[in-house]
Amino acid sequence: MTFMSKPKVAHPDLPRNALGLTRRDYEGANSTLCAGCGHDSITAAIIEACWANAVEPHTVVKLSGIGCSSKTTAYFLSGAHGFNSVHGRMPSIATGANAANRTLNYIGVSGDGDTLSIGLGQFCHAIRRNLNMVYIIENNGVYGLTKGQFSASADIGSKAKRGEVNRQPPIDPVQLAITLGASFVARSFSGDKAQLVPLLRAAMRHNGFALIDVISPCVTFNDHEGSTRSYAYAREHSEEAVHADFVPFASEIAVDYADGAAQTVTLHDGSRIVLRKVDADYDPSDPGVALDAIQQRMRRGEVLTGLLHIGQDAEDIHALGATPDTPLNAIAYESLSPGGDALRRVLESFR
Amino acid sequence: MPETKAGLRAAPPAAMQATDTADPRYYHRVVDCQWACPTHTDVPEYIRLIAQGRFADAYLLNRASNVFPGILGRVCDRPCEPACRRGRVEDKPVAICRLKRVAADLKGTGIADRLPKAPARLNGKRIACIGAGPASLTVANDLAPLGYAVTIFERHGAPGGLMRTNIPSFRLPQSVLDEEIGVILDLGVSLKLGAPIDSLSRLLAEGRFDAIFVGSGAPKGKDLPLPGRQAANVHIGIDWLESVAFGHTGSIGERVLIIGVGNTAMDCCRTSMRLGAKSVKVMARKPRSFFKASDWELEDAEEERVEIVVNHAPTAFVLDAGRVVGMRFNRMEYDLDGTRIVAERVVDEVTIPCDEVILAIGQENAFPWIERDAGVEFDRWDRPVVDPLTFQSTRPDVFFGGDAAQGPKNIIWAVEHGHQAALSIHAYLSGLAPADRPREAVRLSSRKMGLHEWAYKNDYAPLERRLMPHVSLKERFKKISIEVELGFTPEQAAQEAQRCLNCDVQTVFEAPQCIECDACIDICPVDCLTIATNGSEAEVRARLRAPALDPSQPLFVSAPLKQTGRIMVKDENLCLHCGLCAERCPTAAWDMQKSTLHWPHADYGSSTCHSHERKTA
Ligand SMILES: Cc1cc2nc3c(=O)[nH]c(=O)nc-3n(C[C@H](O)[C@H](O)[C@H](O)COP(=O)(O)OP(=O)(O)OC[C@H]3O[C@@H](n4cnc5c(N)ncnc54)[C@H](O)[C@@H]3O)c2cc1C
Ligand SMILES: Cc1ncc(C[n+]2csc(CCOP(=O)(O)OP(=O)(O)O)c2C)c(N)n1
Ligand code: SF4
Ligand code: SF4
Ligand code: SF4
Ligand SMILES: [Mg+2]
Repeated sequence: MTFMSKPKVAHPDLPRNALGLTRRDYEGANSTLCAGCGHDSITAAIIEACWANAVEPHTVVKLSGIGCSSKTTAYFLSGAHGFNSVHGRMPSIATGANAANRTLNYIGVSGDGDTLSIGLGQFCHAIRRNLNMVYIIENNGVYGLTKGQFSASADIGSKAKRGEVNRQPPIDPVQLAITLGASFVARSFSGDKAQLVPLLRAAMRHNGFALIDVISPCVTFNDHEGSTRSYAYAREHSEEAVHADFVPFASEIAVDYADGAAQTVTLHDGSRIVLRKVDADYDPSDPGVALDAIQQRMRRGEVLTGLLHIGQDAEDIHALGATPDTPLNAIAYESLSPGGDALRRVLESFR
Repeated sequence: MPETKAGLRAAPPAAMQATDTADPRYYHRVVDCQWACPTHTDVPEYIRLIAQGRFADAYLLNRASNVFPGILGRVCDRPCEPACRRGRVEDKPVAICRLKRVAADLKGTGIADRLPKAPARLNGKRIACIGAGPASLTVANDLAPLGYAVTIFERHGAPGGLMRTNIPSFRLPQSVLDEEIGVILDLGVSLKLGAPIDSLSRLLAEGRFDAIFVGSGAPKGKDLPLPGRQAANVHIGIDWLESVAFGHTGSIGERVLIIGVGNTAMDCCRTSMRLGAKSVKVMARKPRSFFKASDWELEDAEEERVEIVVNHAPTAFVLDAGRVVGMRFNRMEYDLDGTRIVAERVVDEVTIPCDEVILAIGQENAFPWIERDAGVEFDRWDRPVVDPLTFQSTRPDVFFGGDAAQGPKNIIWAVEHGHQAALSIHAYLSGLAPADRPREAVRLSSRKMGLHEWAYKNDYAPLERRLMPHVSLKERFKKISIEVELGFTPEQAAQEAQRCLNCDVQTVFEAPQCIECDACIDICPVDCLTIATNGSEAEVRARLRAPALDPSQPLFVSAPLKQTGRIMVKDENLCLHCGLCAERCPTAAWDMQKSTLHWPHADYGSSTCHSHERKTA
């Protein structure tokens, strides 16, 4: 951690977004994580993505559970709303907040421990409900905050810092989410912002639950030889299957995609994702193909990254529940709480 | 394009080479102020000493490079300040020059035994210096302690050169001049006053000296040969200032026109205001962006209600009964292309009435006393041919320096010429080739003390430049010798000192240690750092996190990184030297190391610096 805070002074020629803000305006408090933690890099990618999408900080809600990863919501967008829930309970807080106000942008940050152990049930149900949020797992294979025990995402054979070997099979959040019907499922690496930032930008604009599982090395407890979540291992073993370029609404597609392996997906707000596939047979809109490919690679010790699955048809929580368009705080009190007589009438209808 | 593994690993054909930081010029250049200072004064170190209240130490450190900290702390041309990085990060540079004065003002009295001393024994070699300006005085300062018998010949009755005869005492008090020149004379230097040298050949023929240093300045003010010039109330600026300095002139007419807008013009107009003028106009031929005077001198003159008139080209003096009563000017209009004049026209003609005219349009060097057959070659502009590195003339025992060598410059250049000429004279008289001289060296030493502790104050102080307090407009005109600038108080100095970014505490990178975690890149407040795919310089610049628009500022480029083969690139331009990159790096690939420049002087043999060794604390 740093005792001296990052000074406010900035590069005078930093680019400004449509709101006239630089990325420095999207920063939060000083990180207290270990120097070199992958989580800090993801924080920087979130800052970059929010800036590039020109979101107004006060329209963002940052949600998290418990863990080093869950601490990071303090380190970006100090102008946003935030809630640190208890361990593994971020999805229920997100559900409640989202039910009350559907117009805000929900960014959840969790860890592999917070999501896949204590919070696994909540995580699954958030996907089922198709909660309109970005759900980021900062996946380091350990419980960083409690000093490096294996988490449920640790691979078989992965070695802990003191030498013990993990023998329990991992839970892969990506495969789990695809099976549960999630409509935006991606995997990335904290050390590859060129991949992560466009994924985050697209996820924020996706209508429905968007999962990004980000391999995020823990420099202190899981960056050694024999770990499958170290910087070196992640670089050596990950292979990008589908690169996503995010193209905001009304912008030209600037890059020339000549190879025919490019496919464009238009999101609800009119922005587009251009998918570039390394293997032309890979179809990210087909969950079966995605699962197959992921598992095949996994057997060869490789990790597929990129936007692995995207569907556009699933209804989100508000469509499913037929809720009003207006956030609850903007609905007149009389309509929100119509009084005893109205309640009696509703009860009457069930008799 | 996504950075796929294969794409990352293949080194592109026009890749940038890793920066050679063993070349002492690399880290030297990062210290912008020190690089810009002709004598390479260790600015950040003396500012840190001031911040610690160690004024005497700050003074002595200055003196080792620039010899006249009290003088230069007031009137230096300060090329360091426009170069200062703080001026790019914010808009105002550190008040480097004013802090120098603080060191001189507050150094106290106890430094006598820490100043250079006359040697116990002379080495039997004798040097003549012609002129007692800053160039000659520096030669004496460097050579006398080594045992040389130095004699200075000065035509005037007091030493100091233009510092005494032309720089007015309201900018530079006599007492400061006397003190700092006195230290040099106390080294056993023999000063002959009222002793013009009128023949080099004769001096050489007498054979009294083993080497001669010509520091006679550029003593001739340029004239303006227009109709009516012969009138008595038209003066040449530098001659007029000299006669004021020696008390021969004590008054001036009410309406004064100054022709020219360089530094001499600024001193002429402000001196006129003190000798009784009611209205002073400085007449400039061109627009303001073409002025030679420093901004602060223009500000000071305008504060004293001097009027600066642009776009007036003089055409004639208007005479009445043999005296000038006005001047005629063409009013000009210019078409500019950026900073260049592409066309000019005369709009109309005006006559401006006046009682006196002072010409301040430049100086030339003149050597009527050097016979052209004395063995010193002159070029086709009648300037002596002088080696720019050694300051040796074509006659091996005759050296030049200061304004005499390269035309009118300033004090700090005269001092540097003096240092280099002294080194050459020492080499020459030791039987060595002056061109074969020792070169600069840089020594690095880590500032790391602990996990989050650095042996320098690394946090950024968001303070604005302190303003120099001035004597009130009413007070300052009472006597010409009232110094206008009061100097910083110790409190102001302490605040201003905090604005220095410690650019000499370098970010030193060890590529093999980097695990490409991005921590340094994410924390850097001014986005200096990028891990990029290598390419041509233009390609790499385009890949940086923040635009690097100033091509004169170097990029640091690392060797290929272990995991991806990409390179760490640092745009030195705006680095705050805050150390956050080093603090956030998990592998100590970045370290903050103080660079100390060793810039050789004549005493190089006795100093203990070795060439760019690395020392880590
Ligand atoms: C009006 C004015 C204001 C200036 N203000 C500044 C300023 O604010 N800051 C700054 O840095 N610079 C300033 N300068 C420039 C600066 O003063 C000179 O660049 C500097 O003094 C040059 O030093 P020097 O040793 O080469 O020569 P000089 O200072 O010119 O000294 C040469 C000496 O040699 C003597 N001499 C000449 N010929 C002979 C001879 N034949 N025999 C014996 N003696 C001889 C002269 O009398 C003189 O004393 C100013 C110049 C002028 C004209
Ligand atoms: C109810 C409860 N059980 C256990 C803990 C102890 N605990 C704190 S953080 C953590 C694991 C965090 O792991 P992860 O989510 O992967 O975060 P990381 O620190 O690795 O980023 C645990 C078990 C707790 N805080 N609360
Ligand atoms: S313990 Fe691990 S996860 Fe936590 S801050 Fe340190 S490096 Fe990051
Ligand atoms: S010292 Fe490091 S972190 Fe600070 S400005 Fe310079 S490069 Fe950036
Ligand atoms: S913080 Fe250190 S290890 Fe990480 S990228 Fe920077 S130099 Fe490399
Ligand atoms: Mg974890």
